[in-house]
Amino acid sequence: MTFDEEYYNIGYLDRLSYQDTFVHNLDPRVKLITTMLFLFAVVSFPKYEIVALFPFFLFPVLLLTIGEIPLLFILKKVALVSPFAVFIGIFNPLLDPVQVTVLPGLTLSAGWFSFCSILLKFLLTVSTALLLIATTSFPGVCHALRQIGVPSLFVSQLLFLYRYLFVLAEESMRIIRARDMRSYGRRGTGVKVFVRIVGMLFLRTIERAERVYYAMLSRGFQGDMPALRNFRITAADLAFTASVMGCLYLFRFYPVSEKLGLFAQGLF
Amino acid sequence: MHMADALLSPAVGTTMWAGSVAALGYSSRKLKENIDNQMIPLMGVMGAFIFAAQMINFTIPGTGSSGHLGGGMILAVILGPYAAFLVMASVLTVQALFFADGGLLALGCNIWNMGVYPCFVAYPLIYKPIAGDGTSARRMSIAAIISVLVALQLGPFSVVLETLLSGKSELPFSTFILFMQPIHLAIGLVEGVVTAGVIRYVKNARPEILQSSGAFRPLDTGISVRKVLAFFVIIALITGGALSWFASTHPDGLEWSIEKITGREELAVQERGIAPVLNKIQEKTAFLPDYTFRPAVTGDPEAGNGPAWPSIEAGTSVAGIVGSAMVLGLVLLTGIGVRSFKRR
Amino acid sequence: MSHHIIDFKNVFFHYPDGTEALRDISFRITHGESVGIIGANGSGKSTLLLHMNGCLMPSSGTVNIGDLYLTKKTRQEIRRSVGVIFQNPDDQLFMPTVYDDVAFCPRNLGLDEDAVRQRVHDALSLVNGLELQDKPPHHLSGGQKSSVAIASVMAVEPDILAMDEPAANLDPKSRRLLINMLKTFHHSKIIASHDLDLILDVCRRCIVIKDGTVVADGPSTEILSNRALLEENNLELPLSLQRS
Repeated sequence: MTFDEEYYNIGYLDRLSYQDTFVHNLDPRVKLITTMLFLFAVVSFPKYEIVALFPFFLFPVLLLTIGEIPLLFILKKVALVSPFAVFIGIFNPLLDPVQVTVLPGLTLSAGWFSFCSILLKFLLTVSTALLLIATTSFPGVCHALRQIGVPSLFVSQLLFLYRYLFVLAEESMRIIRARDMRSYGRRGTGVKVFVRIVGMLFLRTIERAERVYYAMLSRGFQGDMPALRNFRITAADLAFTASVMGCLYLFRFYPVSEKLGLFAQGLF
Repeated sequence: MHMADALLSPAVGTTMWAGSVAALGYSSRKLKENIDNQMIPLMGVMGAFIFAAQMINFTIPGTGSSGHLGGGMILAVILGPYAAFLVMASVLTVQALFFADGGLLALGCNIWNMGVYPCFVAYPLIYKPIAGDGTSARRMSIAAIISVLVALQLGPFSVVLETLLSGKSELPFSTFILFMQPIHLAIGLVEGVVTAGVIRYVKNARPEILQSSGAFRPLDTGISVRKVLAFFVIIALITGGALSWFASTHPDGLEWSIEKITGREELAVQERGIAPVLNKIQEKTAFLPDYTFRPAVTGDPEAGNGPAWPSIEAGTSVAGIVGSAMVLGLVLLTGIGVRSFKRR
Repeated sequence: MSHHIIDFKNVFFHYPDGTEALRDISFRITHGESVGIIGANGSGKSTLLLHMNGCLMPSSGTVNIGDLYLTKKTRQEIRRSVGVIFQNPDDQLFMPTVYDDVAFCPRNLGLDEDAVRQRVHDALSLVNGLELQDKPPHHLSGGQKSSVAIASVMAVEPDILAMDEPAANLDPKSRRLLINMLKTFHHSKIIASHDLDLILDVCRRCIVIKDGTVVADGPSTEILSNRALLEENNLELPLSLQRS
């Protein structure tokens, strides 16, 4: 991905997170905790599990639709980060050749199951993590972390990073454009030029940090970042948490897909 | 190389989170003890700098492929290890959220692999002794290259261990290692050269930054080697304890992979690797005395036909397929329903 | 009311690397005055502003703000009465949302959350920016950013406003809005800028700085129509005076 694309991608995701929907308005703590529980539940399935993973798609699909997040955008981002997991998993079918009969006449090696399981888990975990940030503003996530008890120094570090991410990314984008404009193809994109660009960017960053520090001093900064706003848990938050936890429990310990299948078989 | 959620078991994920959270807490406490207030915005903006710099790619000479910067070592040299670790952790957190690099459960692993190694291993044990007092540019460059190389060998090595201990991949240890380490040797060399270059550039342009940032560092005495080692031993014990607990209660995770590994001839070396170590830790600490590796499983006649595999009967698997299709259909319908309701 | 006075006496300042940025600066600004500070790039304008609230301390000479003599001890108190607005709003707005940014000062004063909310509300409505409060700064336009930057300083109700290039990077309409807004403030104002039309519009008095020293100090209409003086300082006549 080129720098521009990457930059606009984060910018878009960031903009999505400031929408006004039911999911966006939930307490960030609630979303953070339910997302973590969800990830745990998904990852805790044994390596060959496939069938029991399907019901879990309900969670990302609901976040996506209620939060009005474009599906294609999320899928694209998921595809972009998939290579590592796919690469590691693709060897399973070769290395785990134990034959398993799925249906009479259809036999697959067990590795295919674990590979599919990795892919499903990957899709579930990555899309849900992306949906968390697409439906919760980053400052919201930080408030949640602070209230959960993460050290304030680290939280203010995150907040500063978020604040200056866009400023510095834009600055680097301008430098990169200047580089690419004048390097006609390959020359100029090498390590030497890169080192100089990064060095220059670094010096500018230091100078910016100095200016920011002056601005902070001017406004009464004496070493402590003031506490941030407190969120209050509402009835909607409680209802959301309860239903998510209920569903997670059900999907994790009760074979929903299989029972549904048996039930359908009974009908016909 | 970012570790991914999908390759992780909850036990490994939690353990690595515990390690990273401990390192985070320790660093923020250490940093708070005598922080220069100017560090607070400096660290924040530095994080954004690393983030932006990682997005810039460059051509790796001779290959035509493109590389980009990790940045942990630059941070450690400029800010000192504690601040650098916090900055690195924040960069990885934002990446996990905005790029879904790795994922949230794997974030613990990633902070460990890419934060702890450069800041608390490579910097105090390799960079500092080689670079000395920072007057010789050449020594600083050499120190930067070597320490980046070491950090970038430790990181992928951990990725390998974490993946194998999670037991979701079938890749044998030796193959995996042979694949990961050389690639990262190359990446490390490039990144080391870049790191050295940036440090040298800064030293030439604004030498006072490297000097004054030295004053920020609450760590001028250096982290004592003994402390670092003690820390690692403790973490290793916790890891071993957590894993053996997990293995004993959850037969299909770790054990399965260990059995897989030990069950193969070409991996006989491994028998001298992970399992006995865990066993030894187990014996020493006796977290769970009734722990056994159940070597019987390998001899089990059923084991060959897919051990720990949920019952494979045609009947249930048909039900599984039908049910999965129905569940997916229902989920999709829900989604479409919500969308169309919202459009109205 | 004597407490809104700014008094620089023989102020010198050199940066740690040895650069002499201010050389023997003396002036006195009285209550309610609005003063423009002009000069070429690198003449020392920004450095001068950083002395108004003790971000930088004079190497020698004295700075008095109201009744207070600027020292390391008094500077926290001085910062309450002097609001400095920096040239680049991205440096000024360092908090992740507009609300948190405007609330930064009041929270540092230790006000309780209700009082903070009131302050934020007042400051933002002063610059017509109430609807921006939940946005992150990087979603704002240049004009909105500078409005919020002003609000973030106004939230502690300072007596004196010091601004560095307030209209840089603004489109003409935002610039006009800013000028109109500045005219409604009854604070003592010190504005460092290359935008001489803005100075002419907002400030009665004008100080010209060259190489760190004051080379002219007088009514804006006089100084800004002195072509020779301006050109000597890499400046030119304000557009509004060129026409006539």
